[in-house]
Amino acid sequence: MFRLIVQRMAMAIPTLLLISIAVFALIRLIPGDPALLMLGDMADPASLAQLRESLGLDQPIFSQYLIWLKAILSGDFGNSITSHQPVLHLVLDRFSVSAVIVLCAVFLAAIIAVPMGMLAAWKQNSAMDLGLVTSATLLLSIPSFWMGLLLLYAFGLKLGWLPVVGYVPFGEDFWKALTYVILPIATLVLHETGVLARMSRASTIEVLRLEYITHARAKGLNERAVLWRHAFRNSFAPTLTLIGLILGNLLGGIAVIETVFTIPGIGRLMVESIYARDYPVLQCCLLLITFVYVLVNLLVDLLYPLFDPRVKA
Amino acid sequence: MKSLSETVVAAPAAPLRRGRKIPSFNALIGGTLIALLILLALMGTVWTPYDPLKLDLMHRFNPPSWAHWLGTDEFGRDVLSRIIIGAKTSMWISLLTVTFAITAGTLIGLVAGYMRGWTDRLLMMVNDAMLAFPGILLALGLLAIVGASQYGIVLALGIAYTPAVVRVVRSTVLSLREREFIEASRVIGNSELYTMLKHIAPNCVTPLIVLATSMFGWAILSESALSFLGLGVPPPAATWGNMLASSRPYLATATWLGFFPGLFIALALIGINLFGDALRDRLDPRMSQ
Repeated sequence: MFRLIVQRMAMAIPTLLLISIAVFALIRLIPGDPALLMLGDMADPASLAQLRESLGLDQPIFSQYLIWLKAILSGDFGNSITSHQPVLHLVLDRFSVSAVIVLCAVFLAAIIAVPMGMLAAWKQNSAMDLGLVTSATLLLSIPSFWMGLLLLYAFGLKLGWLPVVGYVPFGEDFWKALTYVILPIATLVLHETGVLARMSRASTIEVLRLEYITHARAKGLNERAVLWRHAFRNSFAPTLTLIGLILGNLLGGIAVIETVFTIPGIGRLMVESIYARDYPVLQCCLLLITFVYVLVNLLVDLLYPLFDPRVKA
Repeated sequence: MKSLSETVVAAPAAPLRRGRKIPSFNALIGGTLIALLILLALMGTVWTPYDPLKLDLMHRFNPPSWAHWLGTDEFGRDVLSRIIIGAKTSMWISLLTVTFAITAGTLIGLVAGYMRGWTDRLLMMVNDAMLAFPGILLALGLLAIVGASQYGIVLALGIAYTPAVVRVVRSTVLSLREREFIEASRVIGNSELYTMLKHIAPNCVTPLIVLATSMFGWAILSESALSFLGLGVPPPAATWGNMLASSRPYLATATWLGFFPGLFIALALIGINLFGDALRDRLDPRMSQ
């Protein structure tokens, strides 16, 4: 297991380096002076000259990348053009808000979707299977931002059960904070349940066709034991991979949900930074989300042998 | 008459399975919804019930009625007309995005898979770095460079989707390049370019059709999401996404403003997902359940 961890981590390092090159290049691709882009149009000439020197803009592009990499590895992403706050602090603050929502949503969606998919597979081609597959396809086809608006209308405006806009940090008032995140989490759960249930169904059907399942049934095991003790572990592995991908994609695309529910998360921050051309913030958001995406997939890789023994630890 | 090379190395292109005559339920529903969507988009190029941009402040927030089937918005514009124009915009952007990604991805994938060596390693290194970004995140980053506009979205989404195409094409090419019919094409003196375009590229069509269908759905959803965020086609032009975004303040008083654009996005996605499933079942038997 230790060898696998080291091996996989070693594989993630080049990916992370490539990502850093891509994010560095992204900002350098924007026409104009990078120092002016980082400090904004209102910057004074002295600050501009100082930043140009610290970024090494008179040096070859590779040296500029190394200077930038060294700075970000020491946590120095510069200051936000709009709020003048240190970028890393600002981004981590907003990231924690989004992370809570995304983690809760994916966890709940997995708990609902995996048994749902397995049940559909077990009863393949029955009315129940058709019903579950149709519901899953409908759920994944409804855009999350529309579903969010519908839930907001029903539970916030019509029934008045939950607050419509705003956000309260969990540290301030836990129960009040919970009421503000229920709807965004529910929206994501509904959408991702559709995606995961289909995957869980497909992989369970594949596993149920294997000989070892026939063997387990021939031994006289009841269906519950066959399904949970024998089919579940193998069929869960592909779903686990998808969970990793969904986590990253949700973090990348959370801006729409945060816009619907006016939540100050990393998605909103990223969109605001694009509007305001706040490139230091945008760069940090891109790096952080992609870094987390790679780490989550690394974790999924490491968890894989627990569910699929054919992948040796 | 066919040339010798064509006769000798007739590639075993993946044929469509012709066994099943009856289209599946998914194909039927999905195909119908897509056909209606195309019809709506085509209608948008020639006719709409009202001018989708014309302000009519005397008829603001009119609920659905015989005069305005889907009601009017905060400027008195006809919602149905704007939805029809939105269908045209969404379809056009998605079509351009998919065409861009498929063309660029196929070219890069063919070159990487067929050339191997350093060309392959270098191209795949860049490709893998792009794949390490969640798709919509990469599009957001690219939009910061190219700017929010109709063609900005096409470029950003097109670039974001290209790596997936590269992967599919490259893996198909890698599995083909050692096969006898490719060897035969080289032996009889065909150039690398001819072999690549004549015998390898056609074999990539089947997986690409399946991918392009899914990609079309992703593009419609992403375009709507980006327009919803205000990073897409700017108002007053109508897209489903920006109609949904501008409906937010009126959710309580004019529900139809947000309901109908969202419904059309959902119907389009249901159609594409169902049709994509049916297509995958038919063209890729390994995925068929």
